[in-house]
Amino acid sequence: MQFFGGSEISPSPPVPTASGNNAHMMYIFNRNGVCLLYREWNRPLRTLDSNQDHKLMFGLLFSLKSLTAKMDPSSTEKGNLGVPQLPGQGCSFHSFRTNTYKLSFMESPSGIKIILVTHPKASDLRESLKYIYNLYVEYVVKNPLYTPGTPIRSVENLIDFNFHYTIGPEASYSTQLLTNMCEVSDDLAQVSLLQHLVYNG
Amino acid sequence: MAPAVPRSGDAIFANVERVNAELFTLTYGAIVRQLLTDLEEVEEVNKQLDQMGYNIGIRLIDEFLAKSNVTRCVDFRETAEVIAKVGFKMFLGVTASVTNWDTEGTCCSLILDDNPLVDFVELPDTCQGLYYCNILSGVVRGALEMVSMKTKVTWVRDMLRGDDAFELQVKLLKQVPEEYPYKDDE
Repeated sequence: MQFFGGSEISPSPPVPTASGNNAHMMYIFNRNGVCLLYREWNRPLRTLDSNQDHKLMFGLLFSLKSLTAKMDPSSTEKGNLGVPQLPGQGCSFHSFRTNTYKLSFMESPSGIKIILVTHPKASDLRESLKYIYNLYVEYVVKNPLYTPGTPIRSVENLIDFNFHYTIGPEASYSTQLLTNMCEVSDDLAQVSLLQHLVYNG
Repeated sequence: MAPAVPRSGDAIFANVERVNAELFTLTYGAIVRQLLTDLEEVEEVNKQLDQMGYNIGIRLIDEFLAKSNVTRCVDFRETAEVIAKVGFKMFLGVTASVTNWDTEGTCCSLILDDNPLVDFVELPDTCQGLYYCNILSGVVRGALEMVSMKTKVTWVRDMLRGDDAFELQVKLLKQVPEEYPYKDDE
């Protein structure tokens, strides 16, 4: 009953036209469930408004983490399902894949969760997630004007977040990104700087 | 894909950008001096230094985790070892040793071999109650709070006050696991 045959019935997404990862969406949450950053590059279908979407995503991951830790056959702990876990304790899941997307997840012991939704054929993205975490540290944590625990607002921080996914063949995404950034900042000088940085590395 | 191996403190210290030690020492000295002028009360200055250290610590922890690739520590003993061997080395360039464990394993002392903050410093008679390096206790407290450990960090021995070493006591009060932050009615 579950198997309806291959791709004739369930539509699969278009194969990526260029090399490199095609990220659809990215979320960054902190340990209290606050969505620090949400970026989308390719999301044709939106079913919920953004607040509910963030809550859904956070809740999904919270529950999945809890489940995977409790189902761990190699663990010796006998905790009950639902007992709060320390971040990073027990086994941690890192991705799940459906026929239309792959969701990769990374959580640091300080509770920062990074989620990347990509094309299902994407390879293991743990290195990319670590890279994003490093960028988060460099440009957000070290920014003295940023209050920890609040959504990331500053435009400059976005530049590097998207470098990895917008350099070279992904130029269409970078244009979309620049348009997004224009909505945030009206400063033309800033936009041209961004353009320069994105296209020239 | 194999998980990344945690890097030793020396290796990371060699790779991060460093700043001139004298600049660092003199800048910190200027901060303490200014606090003393502004606040006048030595206890207030101690509290303010601790608060500043706390604000640094809550950000420092992410940088530490990103650069050092350590995984979650299994217990407080491992945590203390990691702070002493990797953390202090990475950020201050000094190693610390962990001693004086109590029977339950919740309280230990970190003894610093060397302390770059106190080069050239002597406490005058008017500042006898001052914990000059209190910022470090705030940093440790802030960083540990972000990994779900509530701790109390105090200076036990301070060379500026006449003791023979810098000894920081770290006491684990409790572990605070993550809770689901949203209320269920939504």
